Amino acid sequence: MAVTVSPESDVVATPVQRATREALYAGAISLGLFVLFIGLRTDQNISNELILVQRWGLLAAVVIATMVGRFLYVAYGQPFLANQKIVDVATGLLPESVATRFFRLPYFIAAIAIAVVLLLLAGSLDGLVGPDLADYARFVRALAIIYALAWVIYYFRVFILAHFSALGITALALYPIVVVLVIALYTGSMVGGFQGSLKWVDNFGIQILIYVMLAWGLNIVVGLAGLLDLGYVAFYAVGAYAYALLGTHFGLSFWILLPAAGAMAAFWGVMLGFPVLRLRGDYLAIVTLAFGEIIRLVIVNWREVTNGSAGISGIPKVSFFGLISFNVSDPNYIAKVLGIAQSGAYYKIFLYYLILGLCLLTAFVTVRLRRMPVGRAWEALREDEIACRSLGINTTTTKLTAFATGAMFGGFAGSFFAARQGFVSPESFVFLESAIILAIVVLGGMGSLVGIAVAALVMIGGTEALRELDFLKRIFGPDFTPELYRMLLFGMAMVIVMLWKPRGFVGSREPTAFLKIRRAVSGSFTKEGHG
Amino acid sequence: MQYFVQQLINGLTLGSIYGLIAIGYTMVYGIIGMINFAHGDIFMVGAFAALIVFLILGALFYSVPIVIALLIMMIVAMLLTSLYNWTIEKVAYRPLRGSFRLAPLITAIGMSIALSNFVQVTQGPRNKPVPPMVSRVYTIDGISVSLKQIIIVLVTVILLAIFWYLVNRTALGRAQRACEQDRKMAALMGIDVDRTISITFVMGAALAAVAGTLFLMYYGVVVFSDGFTPGVKAFTAAVLGGIGSLPGAVLGGLMIGFIESMWSAYFSIDYKDVAAFSILAIVLIFLPSGILGRPEVEKV
Repeated sequence: MAVTVSPESDVVATPVQRATREALYAGAISLGLFVLFIGLRTDQNISNELILVQRWGLLAAVVIATMVGRFLYVAYGQPFLANQKIVDVATGLLPESVATRFFRLPYFIAAIAIAVVLLLLAGSLDGLVGPDLADYARFVRALAIIYALAWVIYYFRVFILAHFSALGITALALYPIVVVLVIALYTGSMVGGFQGSLKWVDNFGIQILIYVMLAWGLNIVVGLAGLLDLGYVAFYAVGAYAYALLGTHFGLSFWILLPAAGAMAAFWGVMLGFPVLRLRGDYLAIVTLAFGEIIRLVIVNWREVTNGSAGISGIPKVSFFGLISFNVSDPNYIAKVLGIAQSGAYYKIFLYYLILGLCLLTAFVTVRLRRMPVGRAWEALREDEIACRSLGINTTTTKLTAFATGAMFGGFAGSFFAARQGFVSPESFVFLESAIILAIVVLGGMGSLVGIAVAALVMIGGTEALRELDFLKRIFGPDFTPELYRMLLFGMAMVIVMLWKPRGFVGSREPTAFLKIRRAVSGSFTKEGHG
Repeated sequence: MQYFVQQLINGLTLGSIYGLIAIGYTMVYGIIGMINFAHGDIFMVGAFAALIVFLILGALFYSVPIVIALLIMMIVAMLLTSLYNWTIEKVAYRPLRGSFRLAPLITAIGMSIALSNFVQVTQGPRNKPVPPMVSRVYTIDGISVSLKQIIIVLVTVILLAIFWYLVNRTALGRAQRACEQDRKMAALMGIDVDRTISITFVMGAALAAVAGTLFLMYYGVVVFSDGFTPGVKAFTAAVLGGIGSLPGAVLGGLMIGFIESMWSAYFSIDYKDVAAFSILAIVLIFLPSGILGRPEVEKV
């Protein structure tokens, strides 16, 4: 919008000259930024006084890395990107020419071969090449598998995009079965398959689906109704504590408390909605943020009820509608009923399907509501509040229903979270969680369910995958913990993805109301309201 | 009565720090209409820079007069923090100018997460306590005023005076106010809008760095996650005073400071933040654009 009239001084400079200059600037800036923070480290000595530890080598390495990175980007990256402006029409991601060069059949065959060989050797890898190289080999194997999957997705992209929802739901439904079977084949026994699937189903499957559900719930408030909510985690907390408290004190079942938690969260959504009805934009944002903090602070300080920061433990497990239990001591424990070996994995797989069902419920309700008058009113409100009012839409009820519906799904997700963890504490409901959920909604493309699911997969799956990067310990030494860098990388990824696709992964929008044919509207033509 | 005056002084001290941070929020909001979520972490970076400079001074010299030490800490923290905010604006916000409203908000949240975790990774996750720098306390008529509090209020007043002069009496300030009113028109009048916005970020960061230094001196401890709570409180203060209004930011900061100290003195210290946030909600119900904010005119 702002147009600067400063003259282009570097018109004549060649890319390499320009890159050298830019690299020097970048080096100077990064030296300034990092000299105190990386060059020196504050540490406690034995008598608990702060001392400074000098790390000039690390500082030099970081500054040089910045300069080299900037040089390569300006000299080769920028001209390359400028020549590749035309992106693939179907996917909207990579330029067609780059993609065809990157996804070639020989590469695919090579990747499959590498993956298969390394998978077959997996058991004896440590013995063959030693633990150091084995870690690298496992990393290469993971890369090869990811490449092969990406290749398949790219090759069938038109088909996949045409049937995205059906394929996605099928893949999600089959995911735990496939994981168990693959690991069972690999270890040679069903028990081993179930045990080995724990990590994949729990850390990746359930974790990602919880965020998908939360993001879809928040999508109703932010994406559809256009109300910026920075305190969504409050409803998640209400749902979690509703189940935790009522479940532990009164022994009520999950299936009774799930709707109750949703109703309670919806009630709080309306409670929040009333005072903020008149507020717009960023005033709304800060009040919702304050509301989220108030709920958290009350949970922390109201020790008689919530047990403060220590949290509530021993939250009962979910049962299969009371028919099959997942407590080993119960007479109807699943292993006794079905006559199979004991394993904790059954419960995780059950939880996976439970959260998958809840997610699908959220998606179904969202899709149906968008076609109903209330959903159309939400979207109208997002686009233009004044026009909305002049057309006779009651903005008060429209906003309140949006808050209540969004909060209800947050409450469902919260009670599921409490049941899954068996433990809740205020630590899980900090502002950072709200920020992550909002980031997923915006990165996915506001209002787009598919885009949001993809964003959750990339952001949450990506940070979870960082826990697996053991080979980095070989490079940076044994006390290097990749987990520590998880949130740092998460924050930077948020910035980079946003710069790359400011409208989110799915920036175009399909109108719910249309005259003759439904046409996708590019994100640049939609206007977000101020409310 | 003495107790009340005592709390008033405590509130004034706290409010000064909040006010200094709030100005950064309100200025950025006024000029480009975005919530700079990373500002709280910029404040934390300022406090850490002051801490490291303090340790360097302690290691290099046997003893430094505390006034000079504080001055050096403040200046270095201001320079460094300004560089941080300048870089962040350039990298994360400028490419998204003119994009839709939530895009820079998300990059700001991302930057906030990245900054606090950067400090955690490079400086370690533990609390960083420093020995008390200023410990003299004056007692007048049963009311105790520490030298720390006097320094905080004095520094705040001096800075606000300088800041007021910059915004109201210089060409730079005029450019800022012009950009705030209409960016396109200002550009047509020959104002370098990008430069003005950069300077706004630098000024906000410098004030936050001073607040960070004062925070370190007052509490004597800092940790990587310290950016969040003061940041949110300062943002609350900016909204309470009417976002975009500079006197409003200071007024809001003082109000939040008073509410907090009065509430912890007369009711319960646990719920002081709840009180501050609730009062924000109540004020906004009756004055939807803050105390000194201009009501937004709806144009069709």
